Amino acid sequence: MFPTPIQKASPLVRSGYKVMLPIALFLWLLPLIGVALTSVRPAGDLAAGNYFGIPSGFAGFENYSAVFQNSPIGYYILNSFKVTIPTVIGAVALSCLTGFALAVYKFKSNLFLFFLFVAGNFIPFQILMVPVRDLTLKMGFYDTTMGLVLFHVAFQTGFCTLFMRNFIKGLPFALIESARVEGVSEWQIFRHIVLPLMRPAIAALSVLVFTFVWNDYFWATVLVQGQHAMPVTAGLNALNGQWVAAWHLVSAGSIVAALPPVAMFFLMQKHFIAGLTLGATKG
Amino acid sequence: MFLIYVLVPIFQSIWISFHDWDGLGAKEWIGLQNYVELMDDDTFYVSLHNNVLWLVLYLLSIPAGLAVALFLNQTVTGIRLYKSLFFFPFVISQVVVGLMFTWFYAPNFGLFSQSIEWLTGTQVAVLADERYVTYAIIVAGLWPQTAYCMILYLTGLNNINTEQVEAARMDGAKGFKLLWYIILPQLAPATFIAMVVTVIGSLRSFDLVSIMTAGGPYGSSQVLSYFMYEQALSEYGFRMGYGAAIAVVLFLIMMVFISLFIVRMLSQERNA
Repeated sequence: MFPTPIQKASPLVRSGYKVMLPIALFLWLLPLIGVALTSVRPAGDLAAGNYFGIPSGFAGFENYSAVFQNSPIGYYILNSFKVTIPTVIGAVALSCLTGFALAVYKFKSNLFLFFLFVAGNFIPFQILMVPVRDLTLKMGFYDTTMGLVLFHVAFQTGFCTLFMRNFIKGLPFALIESARVEGVSEWQIFRHIVLPLMRPAIAALSVLVFTFVWNDYFWATVLVQGQHAMPVTAGLNALNGQWVAAWHLVSAGSIVAALPPVAMFFLMQKHFIAGLTLGATKG
Repeated sequence: MFLIYVLVPIFQSIWISFHDWDGLGAKEWIGLQNYVELMDDDTFYVSLHNNVLWLVLYLLSIPAGLAVALFLNQTVTGIRLYKSLFFFPFVISQVVVGLMFTWFYAPNFGLFSQSIEWLTGTQVAVLADERYVTYAIIVAGLWPQTAYCMILYLTGLNNINTEQVEAARMDGAKGFKLLWYIILPQLAPATFIAMVVTVIGSLRSFDLVSIMTAGGPYGSSQVLSYFMYEQALSEYGFRMGYGAAIAVVLFLIMMVFISLFIVRMLSQERNA
């Protein structure tokens, strides 16, 4: 283990470390803590210039309910779910298939196709902006959550395929071979042998894609204009424009918008990190 | 689907970049004129310059992430919670991060400007100052990116070959030397992923610029991705062709890095 375990260090260093930890964390999360504090601050505090002192009272519920009552944020959040959940299902399902195909079958353009997915994954999405917007308009999905879902599924499939393919490559191939010898059909192999083994990968991917899509802002501004389809990220920025200087409300809104991915992260932490670091440790 | 939404549009974009088009009417072929205009556009150079700044400074998140990872790579009670809390910024939307930092930097009451005032006696409104604005945004961007690199390194540190480390310790290697000669080579895969992700993230930077300053003041915090958005899809007009031309430039820059990445993956596949 590196660095040397702190248990071997002198007691002074050890307790020093334990004191340092919370201090470091506090500094690291300072912007977040500030916002969280502001979100429960009564409006009067801000007017009186009490920005960082102890809040004169706890106005958390007022601020939060004000955000929900005076703005369509609840609606935005619903939109975000409408975009995120179908995308996760679509992209993960598709990439299970493509990943399986690319990992198991040997065909001529296999590697080429794979790299196409990889490259697509890293492309600056700005280059897609004009044509994708045009396409969405032509299909009549502009300004709908459907338009966002379609695009996100397509785009995320690139990353998911890369992920799934590497994962399936790591499975024992002999399993598939022996099933083939037994005369099991390819579809059955996929369903009954590979799919159950893929469960951890599916979990990891779902959490990741959920976070990515939830946090997307660029496409939400490009493909959506009106309120009725706007996800919470874009909506929040619109609110920020309306509530100039109403920082207690903006803060409360920010916290609300950040909550679902954060909750997801804490619930599925193991999978989340496994997903992010797959490929970072091997190869 | 991937084909329709990702691959074809790349070529369409390149095609559109040779036209004068408002997104509705007929496209007019103007050849390289968009690019010629771009060469004369000051904002283009500002954006390019800022993109380079982003690229270079953003890479700081890699050593920073490593440092945090080394700091946290201990086993004391509650360390798991610490690790996840340190990772927090990455999970939050860039929009929220942008808002947080705008508030953090806000003149008069922002925590940052207050501490500056306390230190130097003068106030600096970083987001309204041409000299500092890009740096200020990059710092906001570094925050989640460092968290990401940290997680990559923490996982890497977990998989380190302990025998090798012990052997090196036996030989008297310690501290920085041990880190440099024994640990870092073993962390190479993590470093590589961190590099790729950071470079791409820095070139894609859009959300923060859009939220925090919208490219201002006077376009001084522009980056290519926001510049193209502004040209193609905002009140400045619908100059799709011009926007596409900017995107193509960005794409070409990115292509250099993507090819490097693919070449490396290809050699790995061959070895596997």
